[in-house]
Amino acid sequence: MQTSLFDRHKALGAKVVDFAGWKMPVEYSGIREEHLAVRGSVGLFDVSHMGEIEIRGPGTLGLIQKVTCNDAARLKPGRSHYSALLTPRGTFVDDLIVYRLTEGHFLLCVNASNKDKDFEWIHSYASRGTEVRDASDEWALLALQGPRAREILPSPLKKTEFEKKNLNGIPVLLSCTGYTGEDGYEIFSPWSEARRIWDWLMEIGRPMGLLPCGLGARDSLRIEAGYPLYGHEIDDETTPYEVGLSWIVKLEKGDFLGREALLSATPTKDLVGVSMKEPGIPRQGFRLFDPSGEIGRVTSGTYSPTFQKGVALARVTPPLTNAARDEKNISIDIRGKKREAVLVSLPFYKRGP
Amino acid sequence: MTFPEDLRYSKEHEWIRVKDKTITIGITDYAQDQLGEIVFVELPDEGEIFTKDDPFGVVESVKSVSDVYAPVSGRILEVNDPILDNPESVNEEPYGEGWLVRLEMTNPKDLDDLMTAEQYQAYIKEEA
Repeated sequence: MQTSLFDRHKALGAKVVDFAGWKMPVEYSGIREEHLAVRGSVGLFDVSHMGEIEIRGPGTLGLIQKVTCNDAARLKPGRSHYSALLTPRGTFVDDLIVYRLTEGHFLLCVNASNKDKDFEWIHSYASRGTEVRDASDEWALLALQGPRAREILPSPLKKTEFEKKNLNGIPVLLSCTGYTGEDGYEIFSPWSEARRIWDWLMEIGRPMGLLPCGLGARDSLRIEAGYPLYGHEIDDETTPYEVGLSWIVKLEKGDFLGREALLSATPTKDLVGVSMKEPGIPRQGFRLFDPSGEIGRVTSGTYSPTFQKGVALARVTPPLTNAARDEKNISIDIRGKKREAVLVSLPFYKRGP
Repeated sequence: MTFPEDLRYSKEHEWIRVKDKTITIGITDYAQDQLGEIVFVELPDEGEIFTKDDPFGVVESVKSVSDVYAPVSGRILEVNDPILDNPESVNEEPYGEGWLVRLEMTNPKDLDDLMTAEQYQAYIKEEA
């Protein structure tokens, strides 16, 4: 499958890879340069492969409260929050952003790789009369991320807020959300209009140093920002409590899938940051050691363009207490050689006020 | 992309410069382009011995890891240490400053499996 911007990516000389069945740009001018553009000025991403599920009609709020763990009743129209679909065991079906468009109309933005599964899952809990619609082929999604994003699109929106707006004459949802750790926007536009918005943003942004950015930079940026990715940090064997996401679990909101299990759950693992003290780049699956033996494994690792060293998100089993974790010296097995590293609290990168 | 005529090429996208029994090894222009910007290189120690097709080093971009394989059997004579601090030279000058190791070849027959520049270009065309 191709997004509506595929010809733009080819024209820009992108390297294209297959991702969840989509031909997506992984890099244009180079991952490091794109990454640093987002940290220092602004970058533009095509993330139209993401899935969109719209829910409306009678029973909408009840359905969302049932299948997600955050408290959607607290969302006012024009607000969004990070949440998750959980199994009855309290483990992840997927993570997602819930947007409340109106009192009775929600949009869920889900991972491309899980979209069909999520749709079936939500649909199976819907009452008759509640409309659950896979709208993924109607919405394109662009992400404009970086400290200069607001110079391109001035807006009073605060984090997690969104609004309906016309951009270059095209009706969009302009949302102050993202996956990079920077200020910026995600822009939902009608599928076929995304090119006009892309071209327009590229033109306005170029003088500010805007670069088109691929999935490579998206991954290194989210790792620095400590954001989990389904299939790496989170999966159907992991609960929110085991990846530092207890803040999205609202036990007091009433019944929801996974609540029962989470009430009595004892976390068996935790997510930590790993920062290399020696040369070497930690990669997924590499093992972590302390003097007692193996303590965990890397779930996502990268070279960090911001810190110019290897960093990783890692699962430690069993969890460590905060006191035992922070600044703990460990070693990591990189192709048979033990390299020194240190555990750090997440995120690696937090933007200034 | 350039593929100098005086070099030999392996299916694993290394180039080889032969001078008597001394072999200089690097990765090809095609390989560095496929990898993207190289941010980390791991090389063996001098004196280490490798058999043809053994991985002897690693070249990494932000996102990916690639092993580099010994195109011939031999003993490491010299390692290009400066690229450990300047891995980008592998991108910039893959056939020059960006060379990886020098090796003393033990079996000259190993060279028979390597390709000429012309054969290698046909090979990558087919692979793509």
